[in-house]
Amino acid sequence: MSEPFSSRRNSPGRTTFRRAAEGVARGLIYTCGWAAIVVLAAIAVFLATNAVRAMREAGLSSMLSGTQWYPTSEPGKFGLLPLVLGSLYVTGVALAVCVPLGVAAAVFISEFADKRLTEVMKSIIEFMTAVPSVVYGLIGVAVLIPFVKDAFGLDSGMTALTGGVVLGVMSLPTVISISEDALHAVPVDLRRGSAALGNTRWQTTVKVTLPAASSGIFAAVMLGLGRAIGETMAVLMLTGNAAIMPTSVFDSVRTMTGTIAAEMGEVVQGGLHYSVLFTVGLVLFAITFAINLAADIVLERQRKRWRR
Amino acid sequence: MKLKKYIAFGMAVLLLAGVSIAAGCDKEEAGTETSTDGATTTEPAEPELEGTINIQGSDTMLNVATAWSEAFMDENPGVDISVQGGGSGTGVAALINGTVDFANASRGMKDEEIAQLEANGGKAAEYKVAIDGIAVVVNPANGVEALSMDQLGKIFRGEITNWKDVGGKDAQIVLLSRDSSSGTYEYFKEEVVGKDAEYAQSAKLLPSNQAIADEVKSNEAGIGYIGLGYITSAVKVVAIDGVKASVAAAADGSYPISRYLYMYSNGEAEGVMKAYLDWILGSEGQKLVEDEGFVPVQ
Repeated sequence: MSEPFSSRRNSPGRTTFRRAAEGVARGLIYTCGWAAIVVLAAIAVFLATNAVRAMREAGLSSMLSGTQWYPTSEPGKFGLLPLVLGSLYVTGVALAVCVPLGVAAAVFISEFADKRLTEVMKSIIEFMTAVPSVVYGLIGVAVLIPFVKDAFGLDSGMTALTGGVVLGVMSLPTVISISEDALHAVPVDLRRGSAALGNTRWQTTVKVTLPAASSGIFAAVMLGLGRAIGETMAVLMLTGNAAIMPTSVFDSVRTMTGTIAAEMGEVVQGGLHYSVLFTVGLVLFAITFAINLAADIVLERQRKRWRR
Repeated sequence: MKLKKYIAFGMAVLLLAGVSIAAGCDKEEAGTETSTDGATTTEPAEPELEGTINIQGSDTMLNVATAWSEAFMDENPGVDISVQGGGSGTGVAALINGTVDFANASRGMKDEEIAQLEANGGKAAEYKVAIDGIAVVVNPANGVEALSMDQLGKIFRGEITNWKDVGGKDAQIVLLSRDSSSGTYEYFKEEVVGKDAEYAQSAKLLPSNQAIADEVKSNEAGIGYIGLGYITSAVKVVAIDGVKASVAAAADGSYPISRYLYMYSNGEAEGVMKAYLDWILGSEGQKLVEDEGFVPVQ
């Protein structure tokens, strides 16, 4: 590593050995790279094979368009629509919380805070990621549920809003640290150039630094979104899990992740309900895959635009 | 960089302080966790039992199952018992796959599961080890003291939606149910909601007894059902058909909403498994059942 060209000076035996070592290392890295793809494919195949029974007996289209989720009735009603909508509502609220807050915090840390404050805040934000989700859930149960109930005069504080706000807070560290990295990576020349043209610090940030870092910030938001839609424990504790078709964020919602977590333990393994839960997993997988793919496409376009 | 270290150190200290303060606080709040040091130390006079028993299943039964295993292992040092939760379905699946000796189940084994076990060349043996009484609870501020089975069914089906229709204040009823995976959910559906009817779609499905108790505690319009062991002074038990849920009322059959808890083995239990089962059904095991808030079987 330290002397890349030193092998020329060494004996032929050593060179052969190094070549072999390099070959092995390359093979290893190659395998690791492929392993990720293989694992992803294996997950998809696993979900699909387990979901086959549900698709055959309950029908994918009737599941996706069904609005009633009574999985343990005779016969079971497996309408996934309330679950999908539930996940989307909660995630939507989470995004509305974490994107403005997160990006604003990142801008402050990167552009405005002095060095000491930056370090303090970064440490605290890193510390936030260390808090387990069940702890966020507990805090939500103790504080946020009664608060939401009183503040909006609702029958119950277990709503999509409650779950979404907590999820938003949980996604904050991801959004902040990655946005901050992106802002930090913007060359200082750009800022100086902007200042030289007479822009104030705020104008520089809004007109130059933020647009330059936009692809990184977009990636941060996407990662935060991924965290929010996949989170299970906190939503299970906070959203009330009623499988209704939500009409506002003040309704109780049942998410896909919460459904899988709550029901998987008690179903007949290999049975229809079991298979339906795998279908739920497959739908969730498809949604997150689509989100990631869309994000990649957007990022790629942006990269091309910047290159020009 | 030095600063970062100080901050990390400061946070560690803060965390430690928080933990120690919390540890110092009184544990009176945790009224549902009854201690298990009731019947434990009798001399092992019988010939030494030896062996290993693996048990998996119902989360409802996890506390009592653990209490049984600990007390039994204290008396019989040669016996190793491992108890795992995961849910009734998980336990039964493990029994079918032959990885456990007993499955704990808060519901009866389903026909599909019995067929699976028989397809593997086994035969299910069922043992009723305890009764779980299910209390209907409301907020103490709620004026309603008693409901009939019929009214309760209408409430949970969503046909009665306002407390004033059953003698309470003019307020929307907030339905709280266990999650659809729970054995209690299914039992309550069959017994109260009706076999061919459904819970109201607006019913909130909470993941645990404790979650229901907590929500009823803080929500004046809430109504939910919980195991007898989870009743505290913070919630009010509603009399059903004139009977208030209690261990005594569930044991003599006068309280209408109670169900059995089961243990299943593949084929009749023999040897150390039979000894364990007999012990559970004996006075010491049933004493622990009562300690954990369930009702002993006669």
